[in-house]
Amino acid sequence: MTSFRRWISRLEGPQTMGRGPAFWVGFCVVLVAACAYPLFSDGYTVGNTVYFFNWVFMALGLSLIWGYGGSLSFGQTAFFGLAGYGYGILTINVGDAYGFTLIATLLAIGVAAAFAALLGYFLFFGRISGVFLGIVTLSVTLVFERFMAQTAGPEWRVGSARLNGFNGMSGMPPLTIPWFGESIVLYPDIELYYVTLGLLVIVYLGLRILVNSRFGNVLVAIRENPERAEMLGYDVRKYQLGAFVIGSSLAGLSGVLYTTWGQYITPSSMGITAAALPVIWVAVGGRSDLTATLAGTLIVLAGFQALTIYGSQYALVVMGLLLVLTVLVAPQGVVVLVGRALGRLFGRGAR
Amino acid sequence: MPLLVTEGLNKHFGGLHVTANVNFTLDEGDIHCLIGPNGAGKSTFFRLLLGEYAPSSGRILFDGQDITTLKPFERIRRGMSVKFQVPGIFRSLSVRQNVEIALQDHIARGSLADEIDRLLAFVGLTDAATQEAGNLSHGQKQWLEIGMAIALKPRLLLLDEPTAGMSLEETHKTGEIVQSLQAEGMTILAVEHDMNFVRQVARKVTVLHVGRIFAQGSIEEIMADERVAAIYLGEVHA
Repeated sequence: MTSFRRWISRLEGPQTMGRGPAFWVGFCVVLVAACAYPLFSDGYTVGNTVYFFNWVFMALGLSLIWGYGGSLSFGQTAFFGLAGYGYGILTINVGDAYGFTLIATLLAIGVAAAFAALLGYFLFFGRISGVFLGIVTLSVTLVFERFMAQTAGPEWRVGSARLNGFNGMSGMPPLTIPWFGESIVLYPDIELYYVTLGLLVIVYLGLRILVNSRFGNVLVAIRENPERAEMLGYDVRKYQLGAFVIGSSLAGLSGVLYTTWGQYITPSSMGITAAALPVIWVAVGGRSDLTATLAGTLIVLAGFQALTIYGSQYALVVMGLLLVLTVLVAPQGVVVLVGRALGRLFGRGAR
Repeated sequence: MPLLVTEGLNKHFGGLHVTANVNFTLDEGDIHCLIGPNGAGKSTFFRLLLGEYAPSSGRILFDGQDITTLKPFERIRRGMSVKFQVPGIFRSLSVRQNVEIALQDHIARGSLADEIDRLLAFVGLTDAATQEAGNLSHGQKQWLEIGMAIALKPRLLLLDEPTAGMSLEETHKTGEIVQSLQAEGMTILAVEHDMNFVRQVARKVTVLHVGRIFAQGSIEEIMADERVAAIYLGEVHA
């Protein structure tokens, strides 16, 4: 019991909203509801829900880099695309036997992480911060997009994988789990739902532990006052780089999940619209809190899809308005605002 | 035994010599105050000591070792600590968390909470522990930052105008904090304008003027020095 308590206590702290039995009971209720949801729905709708979940990893990563670390990266889609294309190239060439899709997932995320480490090294050890960090990261993702968009010709291939220019790469296998007798192929259906939900819970809880650890303490200290953090003896650059690599790996995870979900990835997933959307999800929910980012991203995504169905081109305009309104009315984020109000109402919970 | 020595320390920006050939020695266990009129080069000298500026020439020795090329955080890890002039705190975090962040690498996890309590009591912020640091009064912010600076258990504490903007009473309390730190064996170097504070704490005073050491001695010697009085009135030019 005490070791259980200690484990729970590592999930809580000043860096995350929600603590105590009330919050965790609520968390379990939501989790049970999420697990039961496929029983009351059909495969198509459940598969569509997985599509929403896919993006949340990138949003949580951006929350870590921006909301906690104070460095606004406008180019998380670069890592998303890199890992997505990486997965495609690997699996189209090697196939999906013997669980290779899982290995390809790890390799693709590894490529995204390695590139983030390289780029981050030059950014943070070059002391680039503030708006310039946003400009450089945005430029990187746009360069990737432009490059991939001009790979239409047959000469642009890696092994048997055609890059296919603006139309994008397709035909990679979905995630496949090797199993006795027959492999389980994770098409957008109930099985994939549970796998993605499980990943989401692991990443969410893992990040909660991370941001409430000593590392997370230093990260928010850097956000608040980098000079003071350095003058407490912390090598600010290493912490910024660490958060950037972790956050970008999560963007890579999103990229792989997205690619396997639709067996499809295009250069526009690294374009300027795609790059702006994660910033909106995270800002609207509340960038400096993981739970707010998680909830906010799902709400905004669901709203965005509803709008796209009914009013297609207006959806993006509404997204822009939403960002402007958030910045003006609730700069901390809407979910954070609601969370704090609830916390005051019940005299606990919010920080 | 000198804890900090600068040898021929120079810093010029273009043709402007802000720090000129400063040979400075700080003895272990001293409270040493650095005074001088505006533009004397005090802040630049501090930034050189902290590594925020690289000197144009000269060396800085800390505890006998050359630290001239070390980065600021590396100097802090060697046993320096600083309190800035404008309170450098983490504004949207609680007072307690501010101290925790300073302290977390300097103590075993089990004793962390007790040591935070002790430090907060030492700087008189026990009652404000759960407040957001940005909401503290100016004086309280200064004390919080002193608390953070000493959480590192430094051998040398650098204070940049620790009493700036404080009332007489707050200034006196800050003086008492500094004196008790020295009693615990800490060496303190303070840039200060407030002569009440300097009189209260300083064992040794160095006067900087146009980037050079102009005079050095006990507070009584400095106060009696007519040339020092004159530079404050703007009559002497080096």
